Amino acid sequence: MTTFLGMPSLPAFGSGNLFAGESFPTAAHRELGNAQLRANLGHATHTIRDKRQAVVSELPDWEQLRDAGSAIKQAVMSRLPELLEEFETNFTARGGVIHWARDAGEANEIVAGLVRDTGETEVVKIKSMATQEIGLNEYLEEQGIGAFETDLAELIVQLDHDKPSHILVPAIHKNRTEIRDIFLREMPGADPALTDDPSVLAMAAREHLRRKFLTAKVAVSGANFALADSGTLAVVESEGNGRMCLTLPETLITVMGIEKLLPTWQDLEVFMQLLPRSSTGERMNPYTSLWTGVTEGDGPQNVHLVLLDNGRSAALADEMGRSALHCIRCSACMNVCPVYERTGGHAYGSTYPGPIGAILSPLLTGIQAEENNSLPYASSLCGACYDACPVKINIPDILVHLRSVDVDSKRGKKKVPSQMDVGMKAASWALSSGKRLGLVEKGLPLGRLAAGPDRKITKLPGIAAGWTQSRDIPAPPAQSFRDWWAKEHRNAGDAPGTPEAGPSRTPSPDTKETPQ
Amino acid sequence: MRIALFATCIVDAMYPATAKATVRILERLGHEVVFPSGQACCGQMHVNSGYLKEAVPVVANHVAAFDTSDYDVAVAPSGSCVASVKHQHPMVARACGDAALEARATAVGTKTYELSELLVDVLGVTDAGAQLGSYFPHRVTYHPSCHGMRLLRLGDRQSRLLRTVQGIDLAELPEQDQCCGFGGTFSVKNADVSSAMLQDKAANIESTGAELCTGGDASCLMHIGGGLSRQGSSTTTLHLAEILASTLEEPASVTGEVRVSTGKALR
Repeated sequence: MTTFLGMPSLPAFGSGNLFAGESFPTAAHRELGNAQLRANLGHATHTIRDKRQAVVSELPDWEQLRDAGSAIKQAVMSRLPELLEEFETNFTARGGVIHWARDAGEANEIVAGLVRDTGETEVVKIKSMATQEIGLNEYLEEQGIGAFETDLAELIVQLDHDKPSHILVPAIHKNRTEIRDIFLREMPGADPALTDDPSVLAMAAREHLRRKFLTAKVAVSGANFALADSGTLAVVESEGNGRMCLTLPETLITVMGIEKLLPTWQDLEVFMQLLPRSSTGERMNPYTSLWTGVTEGDGPQNVHLVLLDNGRSAALADEMGRSALHCIRCSACMNVCPVYERTGGHAYGSTYPGPIGAILSPLLTGIQAEENNSLPYASSLCGACYDACPVKINIPDILVHLRSVDVDSKRGKKKVPSQMDVGMKAASWALSSGKRLGLVEKGLPLGRLAAGPDRKITKLPGIAAGWTQSRDIPAPPAQSFRDWWAKEHRNAGDAPGTPEAGPSRTPSPDTKETPQ
Repeated sequence: MRIALFATCIVDAMYPATAKATVRILERLGHEVVFPSGQACCGQMHVNSGYLKEAVPVVANHVAAFDTSDYDVAVAPSGSCVASVKHQHPMVARACGDAALEARATAVGTKTYELSELLVDVLGVTDAGAQLGSYFPHRVTYHPSCHGMRLLRLGDRQSRLLRTVQGIDLAELPEQDQCCGFGGTFSVKNADVSSAMLQDKAANIESTGAELCTGGDASCLMHIGGGLSRQGSSTTTLHLAEILASTLEEPASVTGEVRVSTGKALR
């Protein structure tokens, strides 16, 4: 008998802001009722969608770039432990300090401890998905440490005590009048004569933030990429507020998911083409900051990196789902998603909304966590997300995979099977034999009876009522195609009830089944 | 060529006129059509709803019905069902550990074509009016269904065929690449979101002033048609096979009989 010491018996799932607190259909129902939200979202997603399409179409090698991005990420995932250690060696050699965090709780404690060690009670923050995921701001607040978001949209959301609803444009659900009201209400020293002109609003935020940048001693960031061969971290941004945070304070603490690694500097060339075009629809982003440990006399002298698992190892263990970890957080999938466009990001509960969130959240937390099992169903499987993904994550296939994980996780555990369970079982029986389907089709005239003189069915019971809430069903035909064919070709020796194996043949071209 | 028709369960049970039209088109081109009577359904409803275990017998049945050398190619008037046969069937077989079924499913998938794919790529139809005698003097708009567009990469095969139908007045559908919101059980599990998507699709269709909306998938057309009907619209839906099969001598009727597809009306 072999004993594996130190091997966890269960996958360590993620914690923090990764959960749908209510089922997606319930949340979506509420969000769909918000006409302002739908108008804002429709406008914003269509604008970004069109911009992305324009800059993507101008690259003749876009598909090869996507293939390269996908291949690099796959290579990273297949040797992640080795690359993490290589990164740690190089980052440490250049004066940085690495911390390993299993989950949100550990990461939060590490960051709070590092801030406390500096004696400071305030930190400035660069927009970061990882710190949203672990709920760092809320945790720091509990510990008496104020965390100030410096990205304009994150600032708006934070001032309003709201949650981001999009990973790239977190305040996509707010229009400029709403933003002016938030500034007037929540921003210390805001000019009472503030208008809702975007440039006026930007200047007000700039003044507010400048005070923070010049006094902050500690900054907290995320990272878009980490280069294993040199121990370098990278942040890609538009506003320059990140650059301020990365250069002005004395202490810099970065929180990064372990999947963000790239093997070499050269790999960055692929992602620096893929990311800006896919996210903001720009050929290149305004600011790219790279830092490697500590440089004496220049920038932060106290540099830390918290490497976050929080369910990533569990996701990596799922053979069908692991490519979700290839995500570079560009948000192209949500901008093209017809579901996201109508419900917005809050309906998904988790920090990660849209198609990628519908697979990533349940992969990180396990399918049975809270209402996350409703997320993989939040898609019509139209496939627009897969086409837009710069690293070719096959989101529809993973959605289908997670649905089967969900269904299987409930097998044998329910006292009474659901209507869906019963229906699927019956359909499996009827649809796994031509003879049985033919028998069921003998009941079509009953459907015609139910349809009545209007020749449409307008009300169905049970779960099927979901269909008839907005659609009719036409009266079924008097006779199925199968039945018609058998009668037409009876002479050829095939009729209902005869053996199913051999195909039957049509005796002559152009039969008499023409419209009257 | 001997062509096996995979009618698909929804066409078999609800829209037999679409299957008859498919037969008519192929026979008009001089091909022999066979109907493997063991066929039932591709099983994508089960797969897409997460009921993989229940999908296995459905997939196995389809493979058994079509795993014969008695035909040259198989055709279905559906992009979605063909995509399922090609992509999902080997996956389902693999997931249940049946390597033999996987190999047979892959072989069947390779021989299976969506209707416009078969007509354009294999049978060389470039002009429906000239080669099929297609005649359909109506204002029509066209919705390219997601799975045909994104899983099979049908491109403009369907719209090119439609454009060459004699007498047709084809109106461009705004935002045509947007999903109609059907998505199988998505339409009942997330009925609110699905209905919101359908509402926008229906509004775009109405904006074209078309008498009817056509497409290559009966399921999407049932969804769109069901929504239009509920809204009291006079616009209906009709599968593109029925438009291609329509001729000057035997025109497809656009209201009532064809949509409801009664055997009587068609005989």
